[in-house]
Amino acid sequence: MFDHVPVNAAPLRRPIPSGDELARLRAGIERIERTTRIGSDAPVLPAPPSIARALPGGGLRVGAAYSLDRSMPLLLELLAGPTSAGKWCAVTGMPELGVEAAREAGIDLDRLVLVPHPGERWLAVASALAEIGGIVAVRPGGRVRDSDAARLAARLRDRESVLLVQGAWPGAEATIRVERTSWSGLGAGWGYLDPGMRDVVVSGRRVPVASRRTASEAPRHGLRAVG
Amino acid sequence: MERCLVLWCPDWPVAAYLRGRGEPERAAPIAVFAQNLVVACNAAARQEGIRRGMRRRDAQSRCPALRIAAEDPARDAREFLPIADRIERLAPGLQIMRPGLCALRIRGAARYYGGELPAALALVQLLREEGIDVRAGVADGRFAAEQAARAAADAIVIEEGGSGAFLAPLPVETLDEEPLTKLLGQLGIRTLGDFARLGAREVLDRFGPSGALRHALAAGEDSRRFEPRAAPPDHTREIAFEPPVAIADQVAFGVRVAAEQFIAGLAQAGLACTEVRVELVGPDGDAVERVWAHPAAFGATSVVERVRWQLEAAATGTSLRGGVSTVRIAPEVTGSISAHEPGLYGRPDERVVHALSRVQAMLGHRGVATASVGGGRRLADRQVLTPWGERAPRSLADRPWPGALPAPHPASVYPRPIPVQVEHAGGAPEWITADGARSRVTAWAGPWPLVERGWSPAERRRADRYQVVDEAGRAWALLLEQGGEWSAEGRYD
Repeated sequence: MFDHVPVNAAPLRRPIPSGDELARLRAGIERIERTTRIGSDAPVLPAPPSIARALPGGGLRVGAAYSLDRSMPLLLELLAGPTSAGKWCAVTGMPELGVEAAREAGIDLDRLVLVPHPGERWLAVASALAEIGGIVAVRPGGRVRDSDAARLAARLRDRESVLLVQGAWPGAEATIRVERTSWSGLGAGWGYLDPGMRDVVVSGRRVPVASRRTASEAPRHGLRAVG
Repeated sequence: MERCLVLWCPDWPVAAYLRGRGEPERAAPIAVFAQNLVVACNAAARQEGIRRGMRRRDAQSRCPALRIAAEDPARDAREFLPIADRIERLAPGLQIMRPGLCALRIRGAARYYGGELPAALALVQLLREEGIDVRAGVADGRFAAEQAARAAADAIVIEEGGSGAFLAPLPVETLDEEPLTKLLGQLGIRTLGDFARLGAREVLDRFGPSGALRHALAAGEDSRRFEPRAAPPDHTREIAFEPPVAIADQVAFGVRVAAEQFIAGLAQAGLACTEVRVELVGPDGDAVERVWAHPAAFGATSVVERVRWQLEAAATGTSLRGGVSTVRIAPEVTGSISAHEPGLYGRPDERVVHALSRVQAMLGHRGVATASVGGGRRLADRQVLTPWGERAPRSLADRPWPGALPAPHPASVYPRPIPVQVEHAGGAPEWITADGARSRVTAWAGPWPLVERGWSPAERRRADRYQVVDEAGRAWALLLEQGGEWSAEGRYD
């Protein structure tokens, strides 16, 4: 005969979560989703119109990283939109950022934070700065491993920040660089420099080829189309 | 009306200055200046003819040996507090009217010492024994008592109801109420007695409630309520190291518990600390003291961090060579905790404060900065970086700076100009070698002369500015120093 094995007859039943708990769980799921992918409907931060046209999503996608060249005016231009929209921006590794030019570009200096010399720990600094939930501009102090970049990307998505990198970056959403700057206002020994006009090239997996070339310049002046 | 004792320390700003420096009272003339005007001076300076409101130049020409101190209201208040505490221990119910001047209810002390005059004399005597020069006046109300103290050699007591008669011959300027006293002077009213004789209703009609209050004061009727201060609990924490400790980590570790108690004590009193004074004292009595501000409110960890930063800063200097024997932490500015508590909804920038404090913990206090535009002619001088959490200095950017570059400004400003080579023919730049690349100049403008400190032959600097665009599309803000060296101040592209 079989021994009578006591079996827990009742089906495994958990108490139905209360409303509060449901909301908490849903928020948790949403958070996991956010950290694992960027949906095409992810919110974007404003970018200068001429560049925004070429960017997938029409702006700087929250949680994404963008690779830039070393052009400082381009960086200032990209920072201006988000700060005027009330976001904080942090710039690290760029001791020569021109404060007056930043103000002229439309950056709210009250929301600008500088970490001029992060040194060896630039990646840890960038990762901590990603917490501010705005825009973080980084000049890498060395090579970055894919695994570090992925970890930082997860944090960017979680904290809804945008990363701008002056240099190459694994998994960058798009690469934005200035191809040429044309200057006016100066002659041979006379005049004063006008704000430059920049031909900007945006490239990336999701950038439509037709809109890759664009022109940008100091916001006060009109736009120039580049064929 | 309440009988009131006023204690007055003559020339308090001077006394506070000397006390702050730990110097004894001196017979040498000293004056305290604010914006080049005398605000206080000692008896020796007065003897040389120096008066309040005198210009610095005039004061120095009257008395070349005059020692000059800058006004510091915080110092005046800080130095007065221990004295107020001392007085409060002798007689309770103290109201500080301003640093150097405080009022007491005389009733209790008078009963104890057997009369108002003995009480006043006893207090003056006790304080003078401790090296605090003080005069006392007793009268109905604070105003009359203050005037009595100012007139006293030791102490003056004005009988009840006698204040009006005592005040009558004093000039109206005693009221220290600028437009009113001037107006009274123009009306031919020179003394408080004259003013008091005017009808109360007419004064109220003509000068309003503030004038009516002054009118009552002049008549010896002080209606202001006496508001003794609540003795504040002492939140200062002191940590002694025996023997002295030289390693920052050890100091930080030793301070941790005290910092927690410090914050907890403040929290219990419903206070949050936004500025904290940290004092590090070495075994030889050498001290490093500074005030740290916090963007939100201090917690125990952030206090410990400030102590550590201060130690690191001190390590580069000459003080504290023998280690640290005492650390003192005192609240400098506190506010109601309800304004600083993270709250139900979280303050909007809580995340920012938290993240930046973490970076600061990694890189040190100066590692994280906020930017503002400052004054100056050179580009680098106009970039002002303030450590995160500290108040930015008052900006002088909107003053005229002849020679400063107008907008648009270079997007890159080198903290120290980088050397470049410019080849030119007859003053016209033709080739520029910078950043490791030689490039032909396509357009240029300049020179714009830049003269700094033209008033001082030793510090005078002269340079010429140029703007240069090269074939590579780079645009430079260049400086040609007097010696002929070229450097790049900034870069536009």
